[in-house]
Amino acid sequence: MEQKSPLTIFINNKEYKVKPGQTIMQAADNLGFKIPRLCYHPKLSIEGACRVCIVQVEGMKTYVASCAYPVSEGMRIHTNTAELRRARRDIVELILDNHPTDCHVCERDGNCELQRLTYAMGIRHRHFEGERKHYNKDLSSPSVIRDPDKCILCGRCVRICSEVQKVNTLGFAHRGFKTVVMPAFNTPFAESICSTCGQCINVCPTASFVEQNYTQDLFEKLDDPNIIKVAQIAPSVRAAIGEAFGLPPGRAMHGELAASLRKLGFDYVFDTQFSADLTIMEEASELLERIGGKGSLPMITSCSSAWMKYVEHFNPEFLPNISTCKSPMSMMGALVKTYFAQKLKRKPEEILSVAVMCCTAKKHEAARPELMVEGMPAVDIVITTRELAWMIKSAGIDLVNIKVQDFDHPLGISSGAGAIFGTTGGVMEAALRTAYELATGETLLDIELESLRGFAGIKEATVTMEGKPIRVAVAHGLGNAQAVLEIARKEPDRYQFIEIMGCPGGCIGGGGQPYATANSIPLDEACLAKRAEALYAIDRGKNIRRSHDNPDIQRLYREFLGRPLGTLSHKLLHTHYQAKEPRGIIARGRK
Amino acid sequence: MIMTAEDKYKTLEEYISSFKNDLHPESRLIGVLHKAQELFGFLPEEVMCKIAYLMDIPAARIWGVASFYHYFNLKPVGKHVISLCLGTACYVKGAGMILDRIREHLNISVGETTTDGMFTLQEARCLGACGLAPVLMIDNKIHGKLTPEAAIELINGLKKG
Repeated sequence: MEQKSPLTIFINNKEYKVKPGQTIMQAADNLGFKIPRLCYHPKLSIEGACRVCIVQVEGMKTYVASCAYPVSEGMRIHTNTAELRRARRDIVELILDNHPTDCHVCERDGNCELQRLTYAMGIRHRHFEGERKHYNKDLSSPSVIRDPDKCILCGRCVRICSEVQKVNTLGFAHRGFKTVVMPAFNTPFAESICSTCGQCINVCPTASFVEQNYTQDLFEKLDDPNIIKVAQIAPSVRAAIGEAFGLPPGRAMHGELAASLRKLGFDYVFDTQFSADLTIMEEASELLERIGGKGSLPMITSCSSAWMKYVEHFNPEFLPNISTCKSPMSMMGALVKTYFAQKLKRKPEEILSVAVMCCTAKKHEAARPELMVEGMPAVDIVITTRELAWMIKSAGIDLVNIKVQDFDHPLGISSGAGAIFGTTGGVMEAALRTAYELATGETLLDIELESLRGFAGIKEATVTMEGKPIRVAVAHGLGNAQAVLEIARKEPDRYQFIEIMGCPGGCIGGGGQPYATANSIPLDEACLAKRAEALYAIDRGKNIRRSHDNPDIQRLYREFLGRPLGTLSHKLLHTHYQAKEPRGIIARGRK
Repeated sequence: MIMTAEDKYKTLEEYISSFKNDLHPESRLIGVLHKAQELFGFLPEEVMCKIAYLMDIPAARIWGVASFYHYFNLKPVGKHVISLCLGTACYVKGAGMILDRIREHLNISVGETTTDGMFTLQEARCLGACGLAPVLMIDNKIHGKLTPEAAIELINGLKKG
């Protein structure tokens, strides 16, 4: 029987009243005692693998893992005795023993949880110098690198991949000293079912998972006077990059980013929010066409690259439902190499098209052959928010205090609808603002669709267009995506339109966003909410809040594209995806 | 009776569906892997994928279980599988010397198969027959109180057929 009344416990000899049903760690957290921890993550199941969070409980012979042990009446807990500190220090030293000593040349130097923990435990010498594991890095994927040498087997990557994303690419293989986190059969990432979402990078406490880094290559190219360097910035990059510069989450920094990218050597800085508006024009038109009987319903969004790779592997039967629209990044890339090249009277091969994304999967997307334009990639290099933050620091640019600048024309003006693309529910909200007006000829007055905001796994809403109810759903994170597909499979008429984002929270929680800082948790919802609010604030602050009202979008159609879903739009802005069956794919297990 | 690959898959599928109404059919995974190894001699990737599909368990987890236990062969094995116990009791009684002799005699290392496909050499961790130490198991049959010479004799006996 569950006990409802508060329990009395003692932490470090002081008496406290706490709610029953909590673990020692949760109770201690709420009382302001932060017990050191490593493998624990509040969004994931309890692993109890690292033993860093041990505490002493009077009457118990052994130390207790506070992440897993529930509080009980009268429990006397000690979190910081000298004995416990020694034990914890030994545990971290032993973890460290099978870890390289190359912090100063490591990608996560200064940003590593193990490094911070080592310091906090007071470890100033390495006493143990035992045998250390050595494996090759998996460099096969254009998005994610796996480096087993840095792995401390905390299992967070395995848990996020199986419990939140439910892709189940990663698992523990072999045993004891030889245990390695790897895909089934040690398949290289590039041939595996990996969606390339990069959430393993977000939750990894060390550098066992990192993105494929293109910054050196980009610095080389920025130095080449013979090419025209064009950048685009995704909405959610501006909402998060400040965190990499010590700012609290939630400050939108598009002006600072435009200025910094020019300082880095870019000739033109465009806004992916512009091509988000363009995506809406095409996608809203496509939705109305499908509702009118041309094509499968429900229509499902295609902006999220991780989602696209996932659906190709696991749900190919839904491919006819996927919008044929390319993602905003690929639309922008296509325009840069055609429309903009023509305006400059330059050949597309003279242009370097760079995308700054919150996302590791976009690196994979940029390499897709079906998204080529004029026989070349629409986007040549994709860097993540993290990579750009490093480049800005490395070039000695003061992002925080730089004088803000605007984006360049003609691909730089955006509506508020384009901004909210970066958060879960945003694409749906933006699409409905335009679809409603296209369908009814009337303006949707209540444009802030509250029911589509926030971080519920699956959100639903109904909009009435010309007397007909249009039922929509929004899912974020691939686990929720699969759940919404299961609903659509059972009830094919339930939804007309579904938005899916591969990462928790949408792009703002992307696999390329800044690492959690010392006092934060990766994928903390409070942080995601602040990033989302930065985008909603951009939306509220704009005079133009609907994609079809964007004057540069109107001009683009007038001067170049003709009309949404027209011949040129189809050639440049739409594509088709194909079912994929790499190794291990027969395992549709999604438990 | 010689089973075709198709027969083997069919037998495996029937075995898996025999407990599909269990409360936790996934808890039968180790048994299923045993069955698969009995049928196929080792656990090929395609078979593990098939099991993953039939049992709705991620392939990465099946790979984790199969690679965790030494008993499961991830590569094809020879006609005879020699598992030498290197547990504490056997080791103390000279299993190390036996291992050296077998390696030398067959010209293979642990985990390898002779080029003629006759023998696979594996090491085991305690076969539960410590009283007979040192022991080795050939094709599920235990041989105890061995010397290096006796082990080689056993192997030569099998060679002759």
